[in-house]
Amino acid sequence: MTAEPHPHDRPGPALRAEALEALLLERGLIDPKVVDGLINRYANDVGPLNGAKVVARAWTDPDYKARLLEEGTAAIAEFGFSGPQGEHIVVVENTPAVHHVVVCTLCSCYPWPVLGLPPAWYKDPAYRARIVREPRTLLAEMGLTLGDDVEINVWDSSSEVRYFVLPERPEGTDDLPEEELAALVTRDAMVGVARVAAPVA
Amino acid sequence: MSVTEDLPVELDVDGPSSPPRANGELVFSEPWESRVFGITIALHQDGVFAWDDFKEQLIAAIARWEAGHPDGEGYRYYTCWFEALQALLRDRRILSPVDVDEREVELAARPPGHDHDHDSGHRH
Repeated sequence: MTAEPHPHDRPGPALRAEALEALLLERGLIDPKVVDGLINRYANDVGPLNGAKVVARAWTDPDYKARLLEEGTAAIAEFGFSGPQGEHIVVVENTPAVHHVVVCTLCSCYPWPVLGLPPAWYKDPAYRARIVREPRTLLAEMGLTLGDDVEINVWDSSSEVRYFVLPERPEGTDDLPEEELAALVTRDAMVGVARVAAPVA
Repeated sequence: MSVTEDLPVELDVDGPSSPPRANGELVFSEPWESRVFGITIALHQDGVFAWDDFKEQLIAAIARWEAGHPDGEGYRYYTCWFEALQALLRDRRILSPVDVDEREVELAARPPGHDHDHDSGHRH
């Protein structure tokens, strides 16, 4: 190897990766378009909605719900989920009288191992500013209209504490098992910008 | 149950074999890292190898790196990933390292500016 790399030289692994891909392509083992598509899908993958399982357990098990609201990090860890750097996760419960919604005004802190990838709007400066200034108006624009008598609490996640909303259990779901309940819970509901809809009959 | 059900592999989110992420999003520091990531998943998707077999190689590659770098400096997750992929393809006799070496030498010998699309005609 020469001591002075040519400016057009590629770094070692890049060249070797290109060689490997070319050989696999020639032998019909990969299709570059499939590879492109997979990279793209993983880059935009929401991840497992582990939080939905937590919500469904809280809806069906009052003792679990009490533990979850008392010490969110520990109760979520019962499922084997944790924050990427061990942040505290604080769970806030929505009720008919009080609605909670989560934001990260500084950047886009988000309990992703529990909630999956943050939605694009969560990182949008407009969401981060307006949800604090005019939460009722912004939530209505996002499709969640709350009565004037409902108190709105906005929680600002940080690198130390990440908030997670326990949404209200939809009506008419008393007979559903935990697993089917979990399938109803959406990411938006756990951020607090939507309600959990009742299952379509 | 999960929105990832149609992805061929559910990636680890914990432990040494989990890929680096920033606030949940996968982080590739160079384009080749995403290529070898995508190639690996594509090969698994086509049934060339089971994901657990790749993961075993990945964990072994990370352990080898750690054993050779007690100070932990300069760690690159995808360097280990790439090593694991090559080891698996070698062990399965799908791709020999010698073939890859040869192709690498050929590619390195290309003149500067070789990255242009050869099919669209040269405009030199």
